[in-house]
Amino acid sequence: MSTVIATKPETAAPHKAKATRPGAARGRGAPLLGLLAWIVGILFFLPVAWMVLTAFHSEQDAATNPPSVAADLTLQGFREFFGATSGASPWPPLINSATASIVSTLLVLALAIPAAYALSIRPVRKWTDVLFFFLSTKMLPVVAGLLPVYLIAQQVGMLDNVWTLVILYTSMNLPIAVWMMRSFLAEVPIEILEAAAIDGAGLLTVLRRVIVPVAMPGIAATALICFIFSWNEMLFARVLTGVVAQTAPVFLTSFVTSQGLFLAKVCAAATAISLPVLAAGFAAQDKLVQGLSLGAVK
Amino acid sequence: MTAIAPTAQTTPARPDRTPTAMRRAGDWSRRAPLLPALVFLIVITQLPFVATLVISFMDWNSLYPDQRGFAGVGNYVDVFTDATLRDSVITTIVLTVSVVLISLLLGLGIALLLNRSFRGRGAVRTLMIAPFLVVPVAAALLWKHALFNPEYGLLNGVLTWISGSDAPQPDWITEAPLAAVIASLVWQWTPFMMLILLAGLQSQPLDALEAAKVDGASALQTFRYLTLPHMRRYLELGALLGSIYIVQNFDAVFTLTSGGLGTANLPYTIYTTFYQAHDYGRASAAGVVVVAGTIAIATFALRVVSSLFREEEGRA
Repeated sequence: MSTVIATKPETAAPHKAKATRPGAARGRGAPLLGLLAWIVGILFFLPVAWMVLTAFHSEQDAATNPPSVAADLTLQGFREFFGATSGASPWPPLINSATASIVSTLLVLALAIPAAYALSIRPVRKWTDVLFFFLSTKMLPVVAGLLPVYLIAQQVGMLDNVWTLVILYTSMNLPIAVWMMRSFLAEVPIEILEAAAIDGAGLLTVLRRVIVPVAMPGIAATALICFIFSWNEMLFARVLTGVVAQTAPVFLTSFVTSQGLFLAKVCAAATAISLPVLAAGFAAQDKLVQGLSLGAVK
Repeated sequence: MTAIAPTAQTTPARPDRTPTAMRRAGDWSRRAPLLPALVFLIVITQLPFVATLVISFMDWNSLYPDQRGFAGVGNYVDVFTDATLRDSVITTIVLTVSVVLISLLLGLGIALLLNRSFRGRGAVRTLMIAPFLVVPVAAALLWKHALFNPEYGLLNGVLTWISGSDAPQPDWITEAPLAAVIASLVWQWTPFMMLILLAGLQSQPLDALEAAKVDGASALQTFRYLTLPHMRRYLELGALLGSIYIVQNFDAVFTLTSGGLGTANLPYTIYTTFYQAHDYGRASAAGVVVVAGTIAIATFALRVVSSLFREEEGRA
């Protein structure tokens, strides 16, 4: 590797030659700014670290002032959260959250990829208006549509049903997904598509065999963001579910009010419920960056 | 089969193969992939809104079911004269504007720091994005109980560490409720802004920066005349997405203060009108007003001020 790069200077792979970035050149003169970045990063992480640490403390150690950083660690909080000693099991809500998030994410992708194709690769006329319409549905506050949704769900017997959440989460994430996918698909080289068209490939074949493989990183980024937003959603879940279809965030709030406050247990619950999103987000950081900057912009 | 084929082809050329019909067929093949998403979204989001619109003109309190009837604009008069609702409009504006502005500025500063190379840059980025990944309800509970709590919260604990047992021990949420909500939301949204802006900084063409350096531009000049214009779309995107989500914030208000102490924003107020007062008509009217306001502001922002929709007119 190194010998190859040595013979080919930065021009061959400018994005890999990070040392040539001007930012780097300025950076050498000011190590203090690197230190500042570390301090800011640690400050932002501190509450998360505190949540995790408290989750491993006993209730007595969690509720002291000044805080007991070096107190003994225990799994008691997690044991109570998972219902070993008391009350409700977190598994049904966790499974509901997983079902609602994963199924709605898959549905979003199935709807958004063809739509994005129609907005970028062979755009319909007035495609900016359509794109604007998609986004404008996000401006409609959830609460403004909540009552009819509630009444309809009540009429058709879909209250406290996880599939109601699947449908609503799909509509909640679809606009953003279309926006993101549009910019990712716009980067698919037109020559590949022309070649596929000459070979007589139909729309579905083109989507499945050409576009999806090429745009895979963008699809992954979109899926990750849809998953995060669905897993985190609370307002719909709170109003439309009760016992059977309760999701993890709603379970978390019930946890506090019904039993008084046990700080270590609440922190253990908050940690456990955030874990899937934290793990997915950390594992796919680059995809996340790519997705959020959505090339609205490209 | 081969014997039959010629006879099958003797059918006359289909009459609809005229140029307009062909173009129409082309248009439909372009629209077809769009339709499932469009229809789904219209059915799930627009129809309920139409229902909200209808209910907003009705007297409908589920506690008094036999009094259901047409109310005219009565609910709207209530909405505009109700002091609680007016206050929650102001709260929503203050909350959204301050959270978006503060987290954009902080995010820009941190993105600039992280765009430089230093030891452990990847690790710092990982630390930075964690707040965005914590489930919002969990984050709100964390701030309320583990950080802001006057007796054993971390903030007052740190004060005790620094200046001993006679340190001031403020009850943060009671003393500065709106600021407490803003602080927790800024903490959650700054990483989001930072990620968008960092992507923007890294997409900046290097040759322009090199050229500026060769021409002897100062770091400040480079930032003002090269980086900032390039970042405009990214700043607008962050502000747009941030506003859409923060206007609707429910979790933080619900968890931290339960809308008390002047922190009830519109989503929370509508939620209580609907869920506790059971006044469906008025809740719907308030919802319609929010929608009208948001769409008006967003349309202006997107179509007039922003550059997001002015880019390439596509490959049409």
